[in-house]
Amino acid sequence: MEDKKTFIDPDLTKRTVIGPNGEDITVDPIQDYFCDALPKKHEPKRAKIFENFFNWARAESIWVLGFGTGCGSIELYPLLTPRFDAYRFGVQMRPTPRQANLMIISGYLSVKTLKRAIRSYEQMQNPKFVMALGSCTINGGMYFDSYNTINRLDKYMPVDVYVAGCMPRPEAILAGFEALKKRIKAGKAEGANLYAENFETYKANQKKIIRDWNMPDYNW
Amino acid sequence: MSIDWIKLLFTLLGLFIVLNYGLLQYGLIRRITARIGKRIGMPVYQPYIDLVKNYAMRSQITHGVMFYFGPVFRLVGGVGIFMFMPLIYGSYYWSNYSFAGDVILIMYFMFFGMLGMALGASEGGHPYSFIGISRGLSQFTTVEVPFTLAVIAVAVQHHSFSLTEIVAGQQGGIMHWNIMTNPFAGIAAMLAFLGMMMASPFNVVQAPQEIPIGPPTEYHGTYLGLLQTNRAILYVSESILMVNLFFGGATNWVELIVKSFCVFFWPVFVGLVFPRFRIDQSIPWFLKIPLILSIIGIFMV
Repeated sequence: MEDKKTFIDPDLTKRTVIGPNGEDITVDPIQDYFCDALPKKHEPKRAKIFENFFNWARAESIWVLGFGTGCGSIELYPLLTPRFDAYRFGVQMRPTPRQANLMIISGYLSVKTLKRAIRSYEQMQNPKFVMALGSCTINGGMYFDSYNTINRLDKYMPVDVYVAGCMPRPEAILAGFEALKKRIKAGKAEGANLYAENFETYKANQKKIIRDWNMPDYNW
Repeated sequence: MSIDWIKLLFTLLGLFIVLNYGLLQYGLIRRITARIGKRIGMPVYQPYIDLVKNYAMRSQITHGVMFYFGPVFRLVGGVGIFMFMPLIYGSYYWSNYSFAGDVILIMYFMFFGMLGMALGASEGGHPYSFIGISRGLSQFTTVEVPFTLAVIAVAVQHHSFSLTEIVAGQQGGIMHWNIMTNPFAGIAAMLAFLGMMMASPFNVVQAPQEIPIGPPTEYHGTYLGLLQTNRAILYVSESILMVNLFFGGATNWVELIVKSFCVFFWPVFVGLVFPRFRIDQSIPWFLKIPLILSIIGIFMV
């Protein structure tokens, strides 16, 4: 698609600044401010007993990245209220992707938001899980023919658990947490490794739909 | 120079007990907070699981050398406070490495962890880390002023900078405790203690709702595990320090745990009742009432 107009953020363009001693310094933000090392696959521990123990700990202590997209984010807040109280199941909210293990894509993703979601997802550390809420993330839902929302989240990042519904109620999300726990304990939730293995495919899919790609390929 | 290996062993054992005590207490706090909010809350042993999970993260990134040193310095600060503080009065093995000027060293260690964290967090490069750490340092500086004055009042009263001697001077019943003999210094120190524990009125430093989440924004995995370990040790050590300074110390483990438990829960309950201060409100607050009280406390002696 050569005819597409590429938008480049002026903050990220290459420029020359004058240093304190009068010398010229060339700044290329995308090269200088970001590390472009590609993701690596991290093998599970050889000893089964350790891996099982760690998987149990990962399952019982799920830290959620508070990333609300679409209409589903409003269904997440009741999880913290006395009525549903997700803390009972070891689910806690973390405000930063570095500390979070689970990313909840809560509803339709516009192309603009997808870019942010990918950046946040890539900043999370291995092992990381993705839970997708609502039919919008499965097949587009009521936005199936929209010009700027994605239809299948699975193409852009590995999803561990889908919670169907439009929108799923908090009980359904709690059930989703239980399903995710089972998956983690069984050692099947290897989304981060899957992403690293099929990195080319995922990147190609992402770049196909995001026009203004002005970030490095991997935002560690 | 000979090393007393048995004493070292007892100190490490004490560290282990304090670590577990701190983790369980943190779980209990979360549980009580939940009950006040009419929730059931997380299990009491949840901090252990979080710790295991954080230590078991597979991939980690670094932002530089100081990024590594930040949590290490913070841990050194917590362990340092513990190492030089007598736990049980009258016991040779449980008095750790208490010596003639240990109060001064302990107060130095309190700030040491904070400064190490400042260096590490600023290497992380996240703007919220900068904001959090600048708030934390400025607030902690103002907390230190009334606390130091209160400690000096106590030291003048007992003619000693040694915690063991300060505890020795308080033996003989509740009326001999420093909080009774010098209530102004005691109250000033208890108010400063609120700021040291970073409980709710003064937790704007790392309040998740205000600046997510302050200094440890970039910290994850093992780094965060170290910070959690330190939090358990540091907060219990600080409450044991308060017990030693103002509540007559302890002569056995049960007394120590009961007293430090009560002291520990003072900031928790204050935090549950009072809303959060902004940083420009909390700094003048520390420089008003606690400072005046601590100055009166010095003149009382």
